[in-house]
Amino acid sequence: MNIIVCIKQVPGSNKAEVDPVTGVLKRDGNDTKMNPYDLYAVETAVRLKEQSGGKVSVITMGPPSAESVIREAFAMGADEGFILTDRKFAGADVLATSYTISQGIKMAGEYDLILCGKQTTDGDTAQVGPEISEYLNIPCIANVTSIEEIGDKGLTVLMDMQTAIEKCFIEYPCLVSVDKDIFLPRLPSYVKMKASKDQKINFITYEDLPDKDETKVGLNGSPTKVQRIFPPSVNDKRELFSGTAEEMTETVLTKLKENKFI
Amino acid sequence: MAELKFNTDKVKDIESFIKLCPFGAIEYKNGELHPNAACKMCKLCIKKGPEGAAYIVEHEKEAVDKSLWQGICVYAEQVRGKVHPVAYELIGKARELVKVTNQKVYCLMIGHNCDASANDLLRYGVDEVFVYDDICLEHFNIEPYTAVFENYINNNKPSAILVGATPVGRQLAPRVAARFRTGLTADCTVLQMDENTDLQQIRPAFGGNIMAQIHTPNNRPQMATVRYKIFEKAQPVEKITGKITHCSLDGINLKSRINVISVDDKPPVKSIENAEIIVAVGRGFKKVEDIEMAKTLAKKLGAEIACTRPLVENGTFDAKCQIGLSGRTVRPKLIITLGISGAVQFAAGMNNSDYIIAVNSDPKASIFKIAHCGIVGDIYKIVPQLIERLG
Repeated sequence: MNIIVCIKQVPGSNKAEVDPVTGVLKRDGNDTKMNPYDLYAVETAVRLKEQSGGKVSVITMGPPSAESVIREAFAMGADEGFILTDRKFAGADVLATSYTISQGIKMAGEYDLILCGKQTTDGDTAQVGPEISEYLNIPCIANVTSIEEIGDKGLTVLMDMQTAIEKCFIEYPCLVSVDKDIFLPRLPSYVKMKASKDQKINFITYEDLPDKDETKVGLNGSPTKVQRIFPPSVNDKRELFSGTAEEMTETVLTKLKENKFI
Repeated sequence: MAELKFNTDKVKDIESFIKLCPFGAIEYKNGELHPNAACKMCKLCIKKGPEGAAYIVEHEKEAVDKSLWQGICVYAEQVRGKVHPVAYELIGKARELVKVTNQKVYCLMIGHNCDASANDLLRYGVDEVFVYDDICLEHFNIEPYTAVFENYINNNKPSAILVGATPVGRQLAPRVAARFRTGLTADCTVLQMDENTDLQQIRPAFGGNIMAQIHTPNNRPQMATVRYKIFEKAQPVEKITGKITHCSLDGINLKSRINVISVDDKPPVKSIENAEIIVAVGRGFKKVEDIEMAKTLAKKLGAEIACTRPLVENGTFDAKCQIGLSGRTVRPKLIITLGISGAVQFAAGMNNSDYIIAVNSDPKASIFKIAHCGIVGDIYKIVPQLIERLG
């Protein structure tokens, strides 16, 4: 089975803040990691390969430095890596990102299954997977908590609907977004890391895309526009207390009584 | 259409210009500065860089005729005949938004035998409920559901579509948005309407302590998802004036490459989303064992226990206990946060709670910006005392 996993490089911490006075976004731009939810997708892919053979490719869109997450995937057992990187991809929203990645997937060869993580920790939208499937005209299922059966024609999976579990059969080729905890992600292997140190990564630029249409990528291809960013609002009916532990305990109890919680 | 460009000649200090970008998206190659694929269009380089160094080039693009797109549609998701409660909250918000534009509120319902549910929506002031009813639409299946949604949009042209950010909504909305090549903003926490029918969508962004205001100025329909318990439920109207329209499935491709084998109830679990009182714990607890005292306190208050993202990531709690943008949104009558600093990621999932008590040792913690009662102090001292006093 040929599997393509979509992964993303995200900031290492979520401690970004807007300075309320200057409006400047404060963040350490150098600290990055693989999106934690993608680890589950890579793990799922590698397990499926171990069971039924085939190849695992990973694909990402981002700056050239996103190479590091491809290398991490190699160390977990991925065989091939693709990076979509071009300044024409700058400023892409969900739609433009999905389009660009779907174009990259068309260049990555034949596939049976595309796997995505639940969502990213920097965008938190969970939208890119389903949008990619639309561009590739393949069926998709998200919130998959378990793969029950790997068939010749498709997969039998469980989808978590919060109050119910839907059991579905999905035909290849298809896209599946896996939930956290579907499998425990393995640690990157030192041996694999050494072995894949010089492995070639395929860089894909705008010029390489099968459909070169500037109105579909980057900022030009993004129907949503960020108008402004600002610090979150503060609650104006708030009180702040400090003192000894005894005094603070008393304050909490008073507030609980005042509001009839006890 | 627009493009971010740099005028390298206007930048004297290349290195500090590159550092302006919090996403590391400014590249310097062959003596020229360029934005790369990491750019998020936050425009800080324009704002903070030397005059004229960064600028936006607007390209003319055929403008969409916004007058052809009217009203707000709420996707009324139903699972086995039961409407998800988020739909009633979205109806409430939609009714508020259309006051600005003087347009109508519609609902789209896809399923089987859903007339009773559709009728109930009318009680909340919906002008028209469009129902697509068929046995093959009984269970959620993304391909036929998207095809039906497409048919609805083509026939009725709603200006904006609101979808609950449920497990179904979070797959269906992006699939529909991609089909119409339009914008979709996930997990909005504030929605406002402009007179020109542009929907202003505000959400926490970039995974940090930042809110972003987003709009879709030149595409219709505009689409947004909203979590359950972000907005207030719509008030019933005194007199029902809306109507139900049954839509024909003729010409809609209901074929699917997904076959739903079975739909089973999940064993009911106590969920933090339905809790009236919550005790939430964060990284202020140094050891896993220490969390026991929070659990004891929760028991005394009849509260559910919840946590922040790091405690799920390190395996201390199950994901269903997590409050925040990547977890659950809660709106209890009371939430007591213990040792939680209050990143926007977490705050977005709980700041609509009726009453917030926060205990944290750092007086500068951002949780105190949203807590009604902020307590600067040591959880290791205060929690045991509270337990003792509650008896």
